[in-house]
Amino acid sequence: MSSHHTDTKHDSPHDHCHVEAGPRSVETAAAVEKEVDSRLQELLIEGAGCASCVGKIEAALKAVPGVDQAEMNFAQRTVSISGQAQTEDLVKAVEKAGYNAKPAEAEDEDAAMAEKEQADWAYYKRLMRDMTIALGLGVPLMVYGLLGGPMTVSTTGERMAWLIVGLLTLGVMVFSGRHFYVGAWQSFKNHSANMDTLIALGTGTAWVYSMVVVFVPQLIPEMARHVYFEATAMIIGLINLGLALELKARGRTSEAIKRLIGLQPKTARVVRDGKELDIAIEQVLLNDLVRVRPGEKIPVDGEVIEGHTAIDESMLTGEPMPVKKGEGDKVSAGTLNKSGSILFRATRVGKDTALAQIIGMVKRAQNSKPPIGRLADVISAYFVPAIMIIAVISALVWLNFGPEPAVAFAIVSATTVLIIACPCALGLATPMSVMVGVGKAAEAGVLIRNGEALQTASKITAMILDKTGTITLGAPKVTDVLIAGERDEKTILRLAATLESGSEHPLALAIVETAREKGIEPGKVSQFNAIAGHGVEATVEEQTLLFGNEKLMRERQIDLGEFVDKAQQLAAEAKTPMYFAVDNKLAAVIAVADPIKNDSVAAIKRLQNNGIRVIMLTGDNRATAEAVAKKAGITEFFAEVLPEDKSRKVQDLQMEGEVVGMTGDGINDAPALAMANVGFAIGTGTDVAIESADITLMRGSLHGLADAIAVSKATLRNIKQNLFGAFFYNAAGVPVAAGVLYPLFGLLLSPVIAGAAMAFSSLTVVSNANRLRLFKAQEV
Amino acid sequence: MLLVNLAGLALIAWIVWWFWLYKPAEAELGEEDLLIVVENGTYTPSRIKVPAGQPVKLKFLRKDASPCSETLLIPELQFSDTLPVNKVKAVSLPALSSGEYDFHCQMQMYRGQITVQ
Repeated sequence: MSSHHTDTKHDSPHDHCHVEAGPRSVETAAAVEKEVDSRLQELLIEGAGCASCVGKIEAALKAVPGVDQAEMNFAQRTVSISGQAQTEDLVKAVEKAGYNAKPAEAEDEDAAMAEKEQADWAYYKRLMRDMTIALGLGVPLMVYGLLGGPMTVSTTGERMAWLIVGLLTLGVMVFSGRHFYVGAWQSFKNHSANMDTLIALGTGTAWVYSMVVVFVPQLIPEMARHVYFEATAMIIGLINLGLALELKARGRTSEAIKRLIGLQPKTARVVRDGKELDIAIEQVLLNDLVRVRPGEKIPVDGEVIEGHTAIDESMLTGEPMPVKKGEGDKVSAGTLNKSGSILFRATRVGKDTALAQIIGMVKRAQNSKPPIGRLADVISAYFVPAIMIIAVISALVWLNFGPEPAVAFAIVSATTVLIIACPCALGLATPMSVMVGVGKAAEAGVLIRNGEALQTASKITAMILDKTGTITLGAPKVTDVLIAGERDEKTILRLAATLESGSEHPLALAIVETAREKGIEPGKVSQFNAIAGHGVEATVEEQTLLFGNEKLMRERQIDLGEFVDKAQQLAAEAKTPMYFAVDNKLAAVIAVADPIKNDSVAAIKRLQNNGIRVIMLTGDNRATAEAVAKKAGITEFFAEVLPEDKSRKVQDLQMEGEVVGMTGDGINDAPALAMANVGFAIGTGTDVAIESADITLMRGSLHGLADAIAVSKATLRNIKQNLFGAFFYNAAGVPVAAGVLYPLFGLLLSPVIAGAAMAFSSLTVVSNANRLRLFKAQEV
Repeated sequence: MLLVNLAGLALIAWIVWWFWLYKPAEAELGEEDLLIVVENGTYTPSRIKVPAGQPVKLKFLRKDASPCSETLLIPELQFSDTLPVNKVKAVSLPALSSGEYDFHCQMQMYRGQITVQ
């Protein structure tokens, strides 16, 4: 066999280590969780009314083989079980004892989502109510002030009136702003500070100062006897409003994950003991036979055992064309059965289905942070106390150098500084965009592992594409058989197929497949030997067969004659010629071609238009590689690359200063994927090794690659806008609030304006992130 | 005026000490189930000591409906998860080597630390 033996599974020592290879394959929390779960499980018990049930349940569980310990927490109605026992057996044991049990860990995503929405809705209503009450007091007061109503205290009547207003404001603070003060106090006790601290301090300062004015005006210079009750009420109202609107906007950022969760059907129709029953999805067991009719969703992952149909997998893979499925084909939960009725055997259920894994991965990725957000993180960790210090300094400066009434100026500036500073905008800037961006990518069938992969993908300057299975379909066919002796084509194919039946290489499969299609069954092979990167040899029917590239033939001193030219001609047509020798004499040249995927050319063009240097990598000989590259519109390629050299090619490009993306099928290219700055695994359909790469493309099309890069670029741009906005807002707002513009322009912000600015700054960040939802990858 | 300035400076010094320098006591993950309550902008307790070299479970109870408290992140472990409201959520951690691991919400307003010893 020729040099593309390089892609084969069996001759590369790296092939089996893709999980543990490279620094990138960090053990994920989920994987760890699984391992821990096998030792410690938790069941939720229903129907346990009395404390005496505890002993009964524990005893029942301990009787299950494999259980080491079972301890029930009666208050929480949970029982912790350690050991190796299966959850199903545990549940059965509890049920046998007369109670109901379900795994406490098995979260019903759908129910959790509904619960979350309900909680969010209740919270939203509370915020809106708080806002209404606070603004109900604040707005009239402010209007009164704006219309020229005196906000000062000089007469006894005014004192009484303002005292009543002050008490009303206190009511607003207790009723509508309670969560700020409680939160501030709680975190204060914990030696931490957050947004609540700033709001509580700001509004509290304004209120206390105003009350001092009311009660002991003589302490304060006459000019400064001004009350700020309206500021306190307005700020509480506005910030509650901001929080409510932000909550609404946040809900939209998780649309993608909601859609994924919604794909999971709730029931399945299984065939048990010859009867069809509709059961809840949680009760479907491995190896259950599941019936799905046209128009229904596939409930769990499985393998078709009866029937034919076309299945719409677009919701998972982004692939718009329905996929034909027949006996032996795999189907995935959440996809839609379009045309026929099928019966399939459940192979993955519950948490293990591709859909559940995709949901898990998207959720994890949505909550992870790209490095670009780290500076904001460092800043937010110190932000609040720093703002408090700035407020104190600002007050001191006004007191020392400010015009009269200095006390009033000091109080206003300190309050405004505390209120305008918005740690939220800073903290929200990155996560909100990542949330939307990762979700958007998932909609296009692009699974991004984490924020770091997202960020790096946006910076890729060079993209290495593996040829076989990435640019091409990866399903080669025999195209030519040039006979070099007296044997006929059938004999040649039979011998070649026999020899290659021992190999797992795609080209070997092509020969075996082609032979089968022609009704030729391979025979028995002995002494099979793979010559890495060159070919294979074996003894078949007492003849020595040798199959491989020109180099191998020359090494074995086999005369190739005019076939070298013929082979080169085939290679120029993007076919892979291989020499076949029987008993050290050339018997035939067999050419195999692997057609280019029909949209590869367009997708590669998209990458190139984005200024990305596209490089093809293949184990094929130079001539074939050149022909394929030319067809695909690629000018740079590396041919005859041995498996162990793939990662070196990645390294070489990195040495040239490129940020390298590597795209492969994720099975044979693991070391190179791990070495690359971003490894892309290209899948075909939903049966993908999700854990193997930084970014997984669910559909086979290279458009997914261009989409992934486009989404990551758009997301990063969005994050940068957000971060810039948040930094700029705080960097400009805080000094202005402190009064730096006062000496020049006589400008000092009112605390109410600061409250409005602060409330809407985080809303702006969330809304900007939501703009990403409108992003559409351009297939041009 | 001098007194006021001195008081201001003292206040600043106190802020630095209280929020940045002071380390509150740690709660230990013992035999009894330790519940970390997420409410009002804090994790209580916020500093948790766990043994090194063995997998542990931390239980969180989020009482705060504010979306800020929803996400729990442990950056060093590349861990992230969401906490449901008013429901205990057990978080499984792998065996950790000695050291300090920060955990926080998405925006770092809720902050805590796991000390592995």
